Amino acid sequence: MEAELSRAIRELLDAHDPATTPVAEFLGARFDAGLAWVHFPEGLGGRSAPRSVQQEVNDAFAAAGAPTLDIGRHGIGLGMAAPTLLAHGSDEVRRRFLRPLWTGEETWCQLFSEPGAGSDLAALGTRAVREPETGDWIVDGQKVWTSLAHEADWAILVTRTDPDVPKHRGMTYFVCDMRAPGVEVRPLRQATGEAEFNEVFLTGVRIPDAHRLGAVGDGWRVAQTTLMNERVAIGGHAEPREGGMIGVVARTWREHPELHTPALQDALLRLWVDAEAARLTSERLRQQLAAGQPGPEGSAAKLAFARLNQQISGLELELLGADGLEYHDWTFRRPTNPSMLEGSPGYRYLRAKGNSIEGGTSEILRGIIAERVLGLPSEIRVDKDVAWKDLPR
Amino acid sequence: MNPMTTDQAGADLGYSEVEEELRANVRALLAERAPANATLARTESEQTTDLALWRALAGELGVTGLPVPEELGGAGASWRETAVVLEELGRAVAPVPFFGSCVLATAALLALGERKILPQLASGEAIGGLAVPFAAAPGAAFPADVRVSGGLLSGTVRHVADALAADVLLVPAVAADGTAELYAVTGALVEPMVSLDMTRELAVVTLEEVEGILLASGPDATAALDAALETGAALLASEQLGVAEWALTTTVAYAKERHQFGRPIGGFQAVKHRLADLWVLVTQLRAVARAGADAVTRDEERPLYAALAQAFASGAAVTATEEAVQLHGGIGFTWEHPAHLYLKRAKSASLALGTADRHRARIASLTHL
Repeated sequence: MEAELSRAIRELLDAHDPATTPVAEFLGARFDAGLAWVHFPEGLGGRSAPRSVQQEVNDAFAAAGAPTLDIGRHGIGLGMAAPTLLAHGSDEVRRRFLRPLWTGEETWCQLFSEPGAGSDLAALGTRAVREPETGDWIVDGQKVWTSLAHEADWAILVTRTDPDVPKHRGMTYFVCDMRAPGVEVRPLRQATGEAEFNEVFLTGVRIPDAHRLGAVGDGWRVAQTTLMNERVAIGGHAEPREGGMIGVVARTWREHPELHTPALQDALLRLWVDAEAARLTSERLRQQLAAGQPGPEGSAAKLAFARLNQQISGLELELLGADGLEYHDWTFRRPTNPSMLEGSPGYRYLRAKGNSIEGGTSEILRGIIAERVLGLPSEIRVDKDVAWKDLPR
Repeated sequence: MNPMTTDQAGADLGYSEVEEELRANVRALLAERAPANATLARTESEQTTDLALWRALAGELGVTGLPVPEELGGAGASWRETAVVLEELGRAVAPVPFFGSCVLATAALLALGERKILPQLASGEAIGGLAVPFAAAPGAAFPADVRVSGGLLSGTVRHVADALAADVLLVPAVAADGTAELYAVTGALVEPMVSLDMTRELAVVTLEEVEGILLASGPDATAALDAALETGAALLASEQLGVAEWALTTTVAYAKERHQFGRPIGGFQAVKHRLADLWVLVTQLRAVARAGADAVTRDEERPLYAALAQAFASGAAVTATEEAVQLHGGIGFTWEHPAHLYLKRAKSASLALGTADRHRARIASLTHL
């Protein structure tokens, strides 16, 4: 690490004892010193340093015991909203939102998917209409699968602003105030019995034009920035050996010799090998990404982990035998930070079913790999030249 | 070290610039000297080993002694670079005895600190081989095919890889009192076997009261054989990666040019999604192969990474070549198209140095599963 960067970190730590400084204050100081996202511009939490030194900076702060935000609560803000705000926000928007996002004073959620627009996100129909007198946008529609909507202060929102052109062209991207009149959040109960996610109903929600990201009609391009970062956020972190679901099952196996059969042992070992291969693949990807840009390779990691989690959690129930017939609790609840590793085996089995659906279905990811990595021909698109309003639905 | 808690922290899973340069040189040589049609033709010729190619690898590129120290005539590099060469040799299914001489025999001699034969293998002027059945797995009992009596070796070893062109064979043998020993032998009778893998023809090695030079005895002999088989298992994954990568890239290219129903077949989802899955598999295989090469280079958890390499790479390379045959359709089933050479290499390699289930069993004992 260059001397200037090391000095800046040392000065910050000298002036703000990580052990006693309140979290938001410490993170605010880190932002102001340009040590938040080092590749961001000066004044916006960075110092236009190469992205490759970020890991070293993070490590230096971690070594000093500096606080970080809970990724479960702030992952969408840090991982998806921040890069999108930086790439497409006006100066005013970036100055208003990036600092409280970084310090954790404001929480973000993502209003993308709709009941009628899942894999085909570009078909979304939440309407944003410009009010001629004020220039404000009035938004009506329904979003779904929104984590943290009930706690978030702000959302990144994609809307339909021109229904008369083909779907990819008529979208516009906004920052939406989740406390604004007309925003109604309802829990969405899932197969596990709990509600990690929400439905969000938008009725006459007013958004100032200043909170638009990118040009009117350019929302799809803006959304790509968010989505590329989402895949990295989900698939791009390294784990120690047996750090994931396989570790849970391996522990059960070691602790319960009475459950052992030769067939279960071989099934477990096959998954152990696959899990280790997936872990090494993520580690290799992480080593490459440390220096470069997020790319479609993250799709491979996500695809592999979705399948593995499902296979491993399925085996775990079989391994448990009679105990696998039980479930911990069907009572409706709103988990604050759901963890597959800490839940019950039945919960793991059910929750893993979502892994191949959320953040891009495995089928969509295979299409992305085939087209963007391997260069195979695109799907035939029957909706390419059809105005959004004329699409069959 | 506890296998459950060890992190992969120190491992470098990428390729250095030097390694990429090495790859480019080997690939260019193979493209020129070992095209698919020549490799296919050689399988039905008298001399199934391409000795001219071997001399070029040794003399022009100097890649036969990469992990051997410079004072012993090697390049003073490491197994990581050897692995890159293996990737390219796999990609070309090149019929040279590199694996037997530069991996198996070299690893055994390096483990022994041997200084006479090693320089000859490093320079490529002599070809070495390890006289064990190619299916021998690391961690199995010391082979007892050859016995020592009155200082002379007798016995038969079947399915020996890269022995046909070998000048010297390293022969594990058991003495009259049961001691494990390792000999260097030049006077063995070596006869070809009709082999599933046409580009790595196996041999029967017969010893009838043959003299040998005793290299090691007892635990040293066992350790040298373990080193050879574990290093071999870890590095075979790199050759399997090359085979799988050929299968993927060749099939993707074909899926773009082959038209049926008025479209490239690569535009159909049934084909696209299989190729996407195959790309994921090859991506994983690369990480496993690099981890294996790195582990033997740093001598870090070598038994576990050797087992992991073969437990994963065996199936991955077989799947890749089977997909290549299927997705090529009719042409992929012909003798003329090289896909079958890769299928045969991949399937044979999956049996070599122990099948995946044996390696899974080894993982079970190493990790207490």
